[in-house]
Amino acid sequence: MTAQLVVFYLLAAVTVLSSLGVVLTRNVVHAAFMLLLALLAVAGIFLMAVAEFLALAQILIYGGAVTVVVLFAIMLTRSDDQPRADHSQRPLALLTAVGVFALLVIAFVASDVASLESATGVGTDTESGFEALGLGLFTDWAIPFEVASLVLLVALIGAILLARSAEDGE
Amino acid sequence: MLELVHFQVLSAALFSIGIFGVLARRSAVLVLISIEIMLNAVNVNLVGIAAFSDRAADVRVFGQILVVFIITIAAAEIGLALAIVLRVFRNRGSANVDDLNVMKW
Repeated sequence: MTAQLVVFYLLAAVTVLSSLGVVLTRNVVHAAFMLLLALLAVAGIFLMAVAEFLALAQILIYGGAVTVVVLFAIMLTRSDDQPRADHSQRPLALLTAVGVFALLVIAFVASDVASLESATGVGTDTESGFEALGLGLFTDWAIPFEVASLVLLVALIGAILLARSAEDGE
Repeated sequence: MLELVHFQVLSAALFSIGIFGVLARRSAVLVLISIEIMLNAVNVNLVGIAAFSDRAADVRVFGQILVVFIITIAAAEIGLALAIVLRVFRNRGSANVDDLNVMKW
């Protein structure tokens, strides 16, 4: 039980610290790599909550695809005169973020967590969720699933159209 | 003992870090990265609730199914948004969000 908690705190610390690195670092490329670290730690958090499939999908999609796409975008939008990375409204942004954090934590603590404590819980529920996830995804949620794949297809076609330069068009 | 509130506080922290990034950054790519962090905060929350709910397994798994859809939409969003950023950079020579003020009155 305590080992579980230690691993969770470790992963949470890596996630939060590297996310802070993403929003605080001056170097854009460092931000992209710290995003990778944060997303891999979130995959670990998913494993702690017995969501193995989501952990795998997280590593594949975020660790593989999204980080590479972001790095490409950084490379292609590089200008020589790199201005300040941050806005002048930074103090206001900090105030908003701290306010939202306080509000969310108050809401979570005040909400009825006690009624959920009788639940199976992460520690006791060791059975894999693969079967239930697959069954749910392809029976009850089959139509949303297909629509999501259509959305992905349309978005990617749109991305190709937008990113293509005007000269090789028509 | 690991509890739901651990996941919720982690999710709240990630979400507010994302909000700070969206508001404080000037580069459009960094704003998009911060939005990804916020989406991940939502995913952590959903997965936590799915793991701690006392419903039957086939109801509980709904939280994870929702996360599958969020990851799909997030992938579509980042691909499309980065294509738009690329286009803006090509047309205007800058990918900073506060340079994009042509529609500002």
